[in-house]
Amino acid sequence: MAVGSEIVTKIKSIKSTRKVTTALEMVSASKIKKAQDQMHASRPYTHKIRQIIGHLAKARPEYKHPFMLDQDVDRVGYIIISTDRGLCGGLNSGLFKQAVIHMREWESKGSAIDVVTIGNKAAGTFKKTNVNLKANISSLGDQPELTKLIGVVKVMLDAYANGELSHLYLVYNDFINTMSQKPVIDQLLPLPPSEETVISENWDYLYEPDAKEVLDQLLGRYIESLVYQGVLENLASEHAARMVAMKSASDNASDMIKDLQLIYNKARQAAITQEISEIVGGAAAV
Amino acid sequence: MSTIKCEIVSAEEAIYSGQAKLVVASGVAGELGIAPRHAPLITQLKPGQVRVLFEDGTEEDFYVSGGILEVQPHLVSVLADTAVRADDIDEAAAIQAKEEAENLLKNNDKKQDLAMVQADLAKAIAQIQAITRLKKNLKR
Repeated sequence: MAVGSEIVTKIKSIKSTRKVTTALEMVSASKIKKAQDQMHASRPYTHKIRQIIGHLAKARPEYKHPFMLDQDVDRVGYIIISTDRGLCGGLNSGLFKQAVIHMREWESKGSAIDVVTIGNKAAGTFKKTNVNLKANISSLGDQPELTKLIGVVKVMLDAYANGELSHLYLVYNDFINTMSQKPVIDQLLPLPPSEETVISENWDYLYEPDAKEVLDQLLGRYIESLVYQGVLENLASEHAARMVAMKSASDNASDMIKDLQLIYNKARQAAITQEISEIVGGAAAV
Repeated sequence: MSTIKCEIVSAEEAIYSGQAKLVVASGVAGELGIAPRHAPLITQLKPGQVRVLFEDGTEEDFYVSGGILEVQPHLVSVLADTAVRADDIDEAAAIQAKEEAENLLKNNDKKQDLAMVQADLAKAIAQIQAITRLKKNLKR
């Protein structure tokens, strides 16, 4: 007899859902470590470049690169880093909400907004808005390569160098730890004045070919490496957020299975009781 | 004999770090040999080899696709590019990124303004929070 066969089917389907969520949880847990390692590996580069830029800024105080200057135009740029895939809780929506609030502030001051997106989710959200989506790159995978970012970053750097943008911001999720990630909006351009005070020493570099060209190349690379860092932070955040989201999904599935099992047992018990009472009642009648 | 510390890093990883007797690299202005106590120097690098010669006479070669070389009296740093960089290649990448955005924007004529999107996002976040809260209450 098929007592509560619908319940059995339901339990089965929830069990298979739980299998999927548990698997996703474990996959993310193992990927966090790798993403974090990658994050740390790229730090020395950024640090070194910042040091050299500090030196150069001191060596050639008369040369001002466009990236260091404020520009008087009413157009602002955003580089928005998001995940490619969903199932990571409120990670993306939280980030986009902050970005949109920031954009509206600029909008109310009369600035137009340019956006380049990294990752499917940001592209999907911002193509529906009235902001100007200039470029996009997605499917960076689990080991993002800097090479893939060159295009999108260049679109914005060129726009800034041509005097089309007054500010450029980088929007991403900062990885604090597994349990918490914070949406961050960093100003990339104009370069904020460096906090490190360079001690004036009595030496200077020899420059080949000359200070200006080296500085030009360095500033471009510097911005690229900051964006790359952002991508890595966001990747680590994605895995962490997905792990937490999938953990709670698995827990929910377990709870549901427990409840359904209870209902099923009760239904079965009721059916048996009823059957017995029918037999007894039948026997008494004879 | 004195040695000089050599660090080769790229934006993606630290490639090499150690003591060397001599570091040979190809700068844009020509081949460079950096021995300990070299004068401070910055140069752009051409794509090519960076050879690190050790005290025991052995050497290790690294291929870099361009970058920057910085020298201080006891430290050589190579900031290696992760790929061959040329203006036209970079330009192609930029054009490709733009095209991708244009493809996305095709057949998508309805535009919302930022206020609407903000409202949608706020709703989505509220839903997520509500579900979390609901789940907590159920457990009690």
